[in-house]
Amino acid sequence: MPGPAPLKEFDVKSWLYRADVKASPYLYISPFFLVFGALGVFPLLYTAWVSLHKWSLLSEQHTFVGIDNYTHLLHDSFFWNALGNTVSIWVLSTVPQLVLALLLAHILNNRLRGETIWRTGLLLPNLASVAAVAIIFGQLFGRDFGLINWVLGLAGGGHIDWHAGTATSQLAISIMIIWRWTGYNALIYLAAMQAVPDSLHEAAIIDGASSLQRLRKITIPAIRPTIIFTVIVSTIGGMQVFTEPLLFGAGSNSLTGGSDRQFQTLSLYLYEVGFGRYDFGYASATAWMMFLVIALAAIGNYLLTRRIRRAG
Amino acid sequence: MTATLTRTPTSTAGSRLSRLRRVRRLRPGPLTYLTLTAFVFFSAFPLYWSVVVASRDNSVLGRVPPPLFPGDQLIANLRRVFDTVPFGLAMVNSLIVSSVITFSVVLFSTLAGFAFAKLRFRGRPGLYVAVIATMMVPTQLGIIPLYMLMAKLELIDSLYAVIAPNLVSAFGVFFMTQYLTAALPTELLEAGRVDGATTIRLFWHVVLPVARPAAAVLGMLTFMNAWNDFFWPLVVLTPENPTVQVLLSSIASGYFTDYSLTLTGTALATLPLILVLAVLGKQLIRGIMQGAVKG
Repeated sequence: MPGPAPLKEFDVKSWLYRADVKASPYLYISPFFLVFGALGVFPLLYTAWVSLHKWSLLSEQHTFVGIDNYTHLLHDSFFWNALGNTVSIWVLSTVPQLVLALLLAHILNNRLRGETIWRTGLLLPNLASVAAVAIIFGQLFGRDFGLINWVLGLAGGGHIDWHAGTATSQLAISIMIIWRWTGYNALIYLAAMQAVPDSLHEAAIIDGASSLQRLRKITIPAIRPTIIFTVIVSTIGGMQVFTEPLLFGAGSNSLTGGSDRQFQTLSLYLYEVGFGRYDFGYASATAWMMFLVIALAAIGNYLLTRRIRRAG
Repeated sequence: MTATLTRTPTSTAGSRLSRLRRVRRLRPGPLTYLTLTAFVFFSAFPLYWSVVVASRDNSVLGRVPPPLFPGDQLIANLRRVFDTVPFGLAMVNSLIVSSVITFSVVLFSTLAGFAFAKLRFRGRPGLYVAVIATMMVPTQLGIIPLYMLMAKLELIDSLYAVIAPNLVSAFGVFFMTQYLTAALPTELLEAGRVDGATTIRLFWHVVLPVARPAAAVLGMLTFMNAWNDFFWPLVVLTPENPTVQVLLSSIASGYFTDYSLTLTGTALATLPLILVLAVLGKQLIRGIMQGAVKG
């Protein structure tokens, strides 16, 4: 043991040491929690407060109106229209996207020549920004000079006014989403598939199972947690689709998602109310309803996919 | 390099029979390659198409059949993009925003990841669960108060407003925690402690070198997301001081869309990320796949 004088010095040192060990972890995680709390969580909660007011950017007065904004919203046909569009675009884009991604991943899960090239090629669409994708596809889907109508014409089809119809415009938007996300999801499925033991596949081959049978009976049950994960992530993303409809309707009807609101999504409606009409109170109520919808959809999907797992 | 991509069969390759069968499974036929080629074709085509349009003038685009190959107007269109709209400013703005966000996210994620992975402190499990839970929260829905806050701080139309909410990322913290838990040897930290190193010295000299590969992947993903971000920048910036995505939307949104101008812009805006993919594609793909397995 050291003498009296060095002991004092040692104490300071050990105090510093203990302070360092105790405080450092909190110091290191604090930037995340401070910024996320102030600019992520707080605005989300404050939205609830704003939604209880008549609150416009154009006026200084914010009158408390209780749940008036919500009761209006429930009788707002534009809101229900946007909700319906969001759900149908979500179904049209998510189901084919995930099925295609599964098939692709199953194919990629072979020993391929040029493995990296295929994977890079499939990731390519994910690099383009959503804005770029929406602009490029907006041109491809053009009524008079669009490439897609030209190809359809060659195949004997008529010219489709993609922007005008409800089904056609939503299909076009879904195709943009499918195009951008299929390869990415295929990579995620592929990662999960590589953890499935080869011996299972070998046993199935001995029993004469075809490739598709192996996908259905072995691979899909084995990677179900990953499938549930992708379904939930694409639900949360799908409920917030914004850029595609905004730019697909580029021109005079961009905020309304087409002249008859035929492809206006919830996010786009939120934007129209908040930054087209500057009605912040009503926009906040819309945001909270969206939050509710997203939470319900995510939980619903989780329960549904879990049930399929049990059934299967 | 290929360690994570190579699958080692778990069964003992004893009998000739099983080896034969494995060969059958692992050597795909021409149909497989044909399918993949079709997929890659459709993946690449819209981007190729933007280059075709970017190298043509608008009158050609109205012809039937449409041109399928690039023309000779690329230079003229490039000049138009830089002369008629503030494209240079937008590119610089995007570069500043994305670089600052990337640096900050990687730094703060590595710090927090180190704490969650290897340091002991009260409340750690609960706080980590909070991080994971926030990954799923659609914070986009808070834009109204966020906009009011930025207006109060007089930051509308300023790059600070775009950067501030993106300085940290829950996914980043999660990603680095997962990586450091597995890759950072606890003995190395203990040895450092015995030598009397402070926590920040450990971070600098032990953690950072180990974290480098994961930090690079996180950096790439963050840069891509920040470069392509649209909703919040659109709300908070004006067409006079835009990021590249905001500028693209404003030139696409006229009553008459000048497609050769707009698609020259989209091609240029996508080019930096294509270069990243070309150079670092392998690491990027590995990062996405690793994040997926652990998630």
